[in-house]
Amino acid sequence: MKLLVPVKRVIDYNVKPRVKADGTGVDLANVKMSMNPFDEIAVEEAIRLKEKGVASEIIAVSVGPAKAQETLRTALAMGADRAILIETDTEVEPLAVAKLLAKIAEEEMPGIVILGKQAIDDDSNQTGQMLAALLDWAQGTFASKVEVSGNMIAVTREVDGGLETVSLKLPAIVTTDLRLNEPRYASLPNIMKAKSKPLAQKKPEDYGVDITPRLTTLKVEEPPKRVAGIKVADVDELITKLKALGVAA
Amino acid sequence: MKTLVWVEHEGGALKDATLSAVTAAAKLGEVHLLVAGANISGVAAEAAQVAGVGKVHVADDAAYEHALPENIAPLIVGLMGHHDAFLAPATSNGKNIAPRVAALLDVVQISDILSVESADTFTRPTYAGNAIATVKTSDPKLVITVRGTAFEKAAKEGGAGTVEAVSSTGDKALSSFIGAEIAKLERPELTSAKVIVSGGRALKDGPTFESTIFPLADKLGAAVGASRAAVDAGYVPNDYQVGQTGKIVAPEVYVAVGISGAIQHLAGMKDSKTIIAINKDEDAPIFQVADIGLVGDLFKVVPEFTEKL
Repeated sequence: MKLLVPVKRVIDYNVKPRVKADGTGVDLANVKMSMNPFDEIAVEEAIRLKEKGVASEIIAVSVGPAKAQETLRTALAMGADRAILIETDTEVEPLAVAKLLAKIAEEEMPGIVILGKQAIDDDSNQTGQMLAALLDWAQGTFASKVEVSGNMIAVTREVDGGLETVSLKLPAIVTTDLRLNEPRYASLPNIMKAKSKPLAQKKPEDYGVDITPRLTTLKVEEPPKRVAGIKVADVDELITKLKALGVAA
Repeated sequence: MKTLVWVEHEGGALKDATLSAVTAAAKLGEVHLLVAGANISGVAAEAAQVAGVGKVHVADDAAYEHALPENIAPLIVGLMGHHDAFLAPATSNGKNIAPRVAALLDVVQISDILSVESADTFTRPTYAGNAIATVKTSDPKLVITVRGTAFEKAAKEGGAGTVEAVSSTGDKALSSFIGAEIAKLERPELTSAKVIVSGGRALKDGPTFESTIFPLADKLGAAVGASRAAVDAGYVPNDYQVGQTGKIVAPEVYVAVGISGAIQHLAGMKDSKTIIAINKDEDAPIFQVADIGLVGDLFKVVPEFTEKL
C-alpha cells in the first residue's frame, strides 16, 4: 500500500508571529520556517506503518513556494521515499489544496492519506476533511492511534470529552493529533541520502485546478492586549483581592 | 438570509456550544436548525424552544447516531439547496463535519469565527490567536464554524420553532462507530465552566497534580485544566489540555498554577475575564497576562490557598 503525506511549510513553532504594521498580514521575512508540527507527526506515522510492513512506499507532497522543497527534503530525510512539489507563490486556501491533493490521490492511488489536523499558521483545520469529501473516502480526524487490519483502519480520535474509535473502509484519510507519536529526528546520513531521493516539480496548472482564492483578507490585527495586573505578596492578600472582585466568598 | 445550524447533542440533550452558533447565525438572518441522530424527538423538542429559532429539521436515523461526517455531510448538503449559510459550533464534531460540507458545496469554510462583521465578512483567529484576520468571502454560500467563547449563548427557552422531519440520506457504509472512552466528569466541563484551575509541568507527576489541583478546584467549584507540557508529561489526559492545540476557554476566573505561559497555552485562555497566576519564577510570561500574580512555591501556596478559601 502507498501512503500519501501532505506537508506544509509554516512559521517555526517557537517563533512568535508579528503582525505587520500595515495590517496586511504576519511578517514572514527573515523568520525561521519549518514543517508544520502536525505534519511531522503524519510523516512519522507513515514511516512507522512502513516499518510494520503495512505500507510499501511513502510519497510526501507539498503545495507552496519553491522553498517548500526544504520541507519535502526534511520529510525525505525522515524516511519518505519520494516527493512532489506543486509550486505556487499564491496563497493557497485549504479547498484548493484539497483539490490538488485529490488529483494526486487519483494518480497515485494511496491506501491512506495521512496529514496534520491543522496548520499552525492559518489554523483552518479543513484540508483533510475536504479531501475526504472530494474523494468520497472515510475520514479519521484528530487521530491519537491508528491500526490497519485488512482493508479497514481503526482510528482512535481525540474528541471533546475524551477518546472515540471509528472503523473506516480503506482508502481513507487520517489527520493527526499531538499524541499520535513523537516524530524522529533525521540523522545526518539520512539527510545526505535525502538529497538524492526523487523530487518531482509540478504546477497547479498541470492538474487543471483553479487555485484562485475565494477569501479576501481585509486586514490582520493583533488581538487586544492584556496588561499585566498586580502582584500580591501572600495568600491572604490574594484572597482579599479575590473577595474585592467578588470571586471568592 | 436563511441559515442552518447543526445541533450538537449528547445523551438526549442539546449541547451548549450549539447556542453560541445560534447567536452567530441570528446575526446573519433566519435561524433553522438540524437535529440528526437516532431517537431524537426529545432533542428536537428542546431545539424548538431555543429563542429565535424558525424551523427545526429532524433526521432520525441510526446512520446519524454518532455524528459520522461521511453520513451527515450529504444530509446537510441536501438541505443547503434552500439555505444560504451553514453554521456548526467549533467543537471536535463541528470541525469534523463542516469542512466536508464545504468541499461538497465547492465553497470555502471560515473556521472558528469570532465575530460577524457583515453578511460576507467575519473575523477569525490565526497563528494561535496572535493575529486576528478579517476575511470576506466571494462564495455564494457560507460554511462557518463558530468559536463558542466569542458569542453569547442563545436562551434555551422562549422559541417556538416548528419541527419538520427530513428524509434520511442513509448510511454510506464508509465508516462505523466502535466505541468511546468519555472521561466521567465530577467537575464542570472545561469549555462551559465559570472558574477553571489549571496545572502545568511544575506539578511533578499525576498523583501530585491530583492532590494539589483537585482540592482547590473543588473548593472553587471549578473545572480542571492543564498545560500541554503537563499533558505531554502524562499527568492528566489530553482532554484537560487548554491551548491552541487543546480547548479554548474564557471563564470568569482562570487560575494558572505552575504554568509558565507558553504562547500556545496563552492562546487558549487569554480571553478569560480574570487571570490569576501562581508561579515560583517571577519572570514567567504568565505574569504578563495575569490580573493577579503570586510569586511563590505552589506546593506551599496552593494548599494554603485551598484551606483559607
